[in-house]
Amino acid sequence: MSRILMKGNEAVIHGALTGGATHFFGYPITPASEIAQAAAKYFTASGRTFLQAESEIAAINMIYGASSAGARTMTATSGPGLSLMAEGLSYLAGAELPAVVVDVQRAGPGLGNIWPEQSDYNATVKGGGHGNYSNIVFAPNSAQEMCDMTRKAFSLTDTYRMTAIILSDAYIGQMMEPVDIPETVISGERKEWAVYGDAKSRGNLITSILMKPLEMSNHNEHLQHKYRQLEEDCVEYEEYGTEDADIVMTAFGICSRLCHTVTMIMRKEGYKVGFFRPKTLFPFPGKAIKRLAEMNKTLAVVELNTGMMADDVELSVHGCSEILRYNWLGGIVPTVKELAERVAADLKKSGKSRKGGNV
Amino acid sequence: MIKHQKPAAFYDTFERKEPEAVSTHYCPGCGHGTVHKLIAEAVDDLGIKDRVIFHSPVGCSVFAYYYFDTGNIQCSHGRAPAVATGVRRVHKDAIVISYQGDGDLAGIGTSEIIHAANRGENITVFFVNNAIYGMTGGQMAPTTLQGQKTLTTPTGRDAGRDGLPIGMAEIINAVSSPVYIERVTLSSAKGVLKTRKAVRKGLKYQVEGRGFSFIEILSPCPVNWKMTPVESRQWMSDKLEPVFPVTCFRDAGSTGNPIDSRLDVHKAIASEEIPFMNDKELITLLNGDSPIPNIEILQLEEDQLVKIAGFGGQGVLSCGTLLAKCGIAEGIHASWLPSYGPEMRGGKAYASVILSNDEIGSPVIDDPNVLLAMNGPSLDAFENDVVPGGLIVVNSSIITRKVFRDDVAVLYIPATDIAAGEDLVAAANVILLTVYLRYKRVMPIETLKKIIPVSVNRKEFVAANLRIVDKALEYYETISQL
Ligand SMILES: Cc1ncc(C[n+]2csc(CCOP(=O)(O)OP(=O)(O)O)c2C)c(N)n1
Ligand code: SF4
Repeated sequence: MSRILMKGNEAVIHGALTGGATHFFGYPITPASEIAQAAAKYFTASGRTFLQAESEIAAINMIYGASSAGARTMTATSGPGLSLMAEGLSYLAGAELPAVVVDVQRAGPGLGNIWPEQSDYNATVKGGGHGNYSNIVFAPNSAQEMCDMTRKAFSLTDTYRMTAIILSDAYIGQMMEPVDIPETVISGERKEWAVYGDAKSRGNLITSILMKPLEMSNHNEHLQHKYRQLEEDCVEYEEYGTEDADIVMTAFGICSRLCHTVTMIMRKEGYKVGFFRPKTLFPFPGKAIKRLAEMNKTLAVVELNTGMMADDVELSVHGCSEILRYNWLGGIVPTVKELAERVAADLKKSGKSRKGGNV
Repeated sequence: MIKHQKPAAFYDTFERKEPEAVSTHYCPGCGHGTVHKLIAEAVDDLGIKDRVIFHSPVGCSVFAYYYFDTGNIQCSHGRAPAVATGVRRVHKDAIVISYQGDGDLAGIGTSEIIHAANRGENITVFFVNNAIYGMTGGQMAPTTLQGQKTLTTPTGRDAGRDGLPIGMAEIINAVSSPVYIERVTLSSAKGVLKTRKAVRKGLKYQVEGRGFSFIEILSPCPVNWKMTPVESRQWMSDKLEPVFPVTCFRDAGSTGNPIDSRLDVHKAIASEEIPFMNDKELITLLNGDSPIPNIEILQLEEDQLVKIAGFGGQGVLSCGTLLAKCGIAEGIHASWLPSYGPEMRGGKAYASVILSNDEIGSPVIDDPNVLLAMNGPSLDAFENDVVPGGLIVVNSSIITRKVFRDDVAVLYIPATDIAAGEDLVAAANVILLTVYLRYKRVMPIETLKKIIPVSVNRKEFVAANLRIVDKALEYYETISQL
């Protein structure tokens, strides 16, 4: 095993190929383009397929086709491209097709800018397109996780027949860090529901149409059941120092990196600060968050959006505990100092004990 | 020859429609049923039923999968050519059929059809042009005739407002890659016979691996045209066909060879197949050929928060990766965050590199303790951010002013001049890096020398870069004597 210094965006492709991906369809957009570029290099060199689509609409529909055909397939994009993929994501969900989509978030709305935001939270965690559906959403916070979560996503999407979204951001995508390249390849298997253009699969139909309301209703129930099952099986999160904490910094993606640093610094200074990071945003670690709330922890939800995850945190805790919302927009990322001062001020305001925690 | 039995490519009963159903969902006199039958017969005759993957669109033919006893994919509105592309790239032996209406193909899906055609996908597209949106109840299509009344053109299509009907076969004919483009009509028995031939040819060419076929079929929609089936056929020959000439636009398959030289190029490129690597080969490929050597486990005295800044082309970003790789080789944690995007174009470039004994939290450097300033604007931009007691290394070949701060250490190094002396101006970055590592004794310079060969992209520059490191050290010795 060797460690290679690479961008999070490049690590995605290492995770994808070792996760058994065979088909990549993409369209360039900053700050996600390195993913397509790495795919063009490695998918092609290894005899897999890379194709630059004419648009994100075409890309997501090529995925719809390749997935129907039984392949492990993916794309990568950023905000404006994700918007164009909304219809396709809904069709994928309706037809229960596995797919992996990487969203390296930039600031919006509109063309916005290319600096990091986390404002596609609702567009991914809440589905994105029309209809009642969800995607599996991973929130990596390092180049290593860009690799590992993408790799894992392929097996998971096959098992659950769902789209998995790797919800990254401009910094996690652009940043270089050492990555351990996985040593094995997890290849996909033949799917009994897919179309292969052979006698065995001839009777198969890929569709999202169910003309009778009762059948459509049953299909929806089936999807919802699957999503609940995911909540049982696949929630992932990480926490640190929450046991004795008065305040728990809650964040995903790039913000979780900042909060991790703030937590370490403040604990050294004796503040009772903890750290909680959802690694999956859907399924959401609501139960774990509720437990923290029941222990009367204040939850400071730090996000580069208007508080989209904080809404889910509120729903999980049901008013059981205080939720603070720390939000930055437009591509502004707070400094560690700024964040620490904010936490210290809020601790003081809440009258909770300030110092005395262990590192 | 009239066939009375259903083609084998159709289901005997249409259970997906409803139990025991034998009739289609199409209106009396509709052209879709005819086209379906012609396709099914051709599939039978070519003996390809098991291989067919049929893509139905959004439109009246959305339910084509009720009828075709083949693999079926129902696509979103207008995107069937993209879906078919995805399928085609997975299964080389499948017979991929895209079946689309004029709203689907000539309206919402123009982009997908043109680009699938342009890639020369080996698929067959049946484009059923009935000059109206059938499924949604009769609204204007891009192919609706001037003056034709529809639900959204109640007083008739107005060219001044809506433009003129669009000729898709003509548009596809402007693209070089397709092998076969023909427009046919269902207005007469003769037309149906010609259609039958065209359908076959389009499929046969795919079976032979020739490439993209486009068959536009003028087809009646009596219900929404508000005509009887007989009137519909008359209207087609009187009105529709003059606007949409029934003709073969291209048949590059008939000679056995594509006629267009650009097609040859396309074929030549497409045939260059790269073999599918096995797991071991794939892992080797991903690991690359320049692994970072493991040197030793280093303990840093303090985290290194290094900002490297200059203009694009000064190797700012690669200098950062070089430093980060040295860190990794020393067994410490490293992160590298670039400036990127339009900002980089002709403008300032900077990289933030963190080296730490501990796991790195935020990769963002607000207050660097080292600044390597390659040009004036970067010194202006970041001088004040450097923490008291930090270090600024100034490229004094380019930056003429002195550092204003008096609470930081400053080294003035004429890096560009030294690099120019070695005929490698682009390596000025390496000089600043060397001096910084030497001055702060972050790690042995030997590490840098071991990493340069695995970090420099162009191997012919490795030796020069190593020389540059020595020059930098020499220069450093002269100033440290002072
Ligand atoms: C994105 C989207 N927009 C609109 C529709 C509604 N719609 C369904 S069919 C159709 C037009 C179909 O017309 P055409 O392609 O000419 O096929 P026909 O029914 O005439 O065979 C439209 C607009 C849709 N299903 N999806
Ligand atoms: S509406 Fe027109 S196109 Fe649709 S089934 Fe009826 S006749 Fe055919």
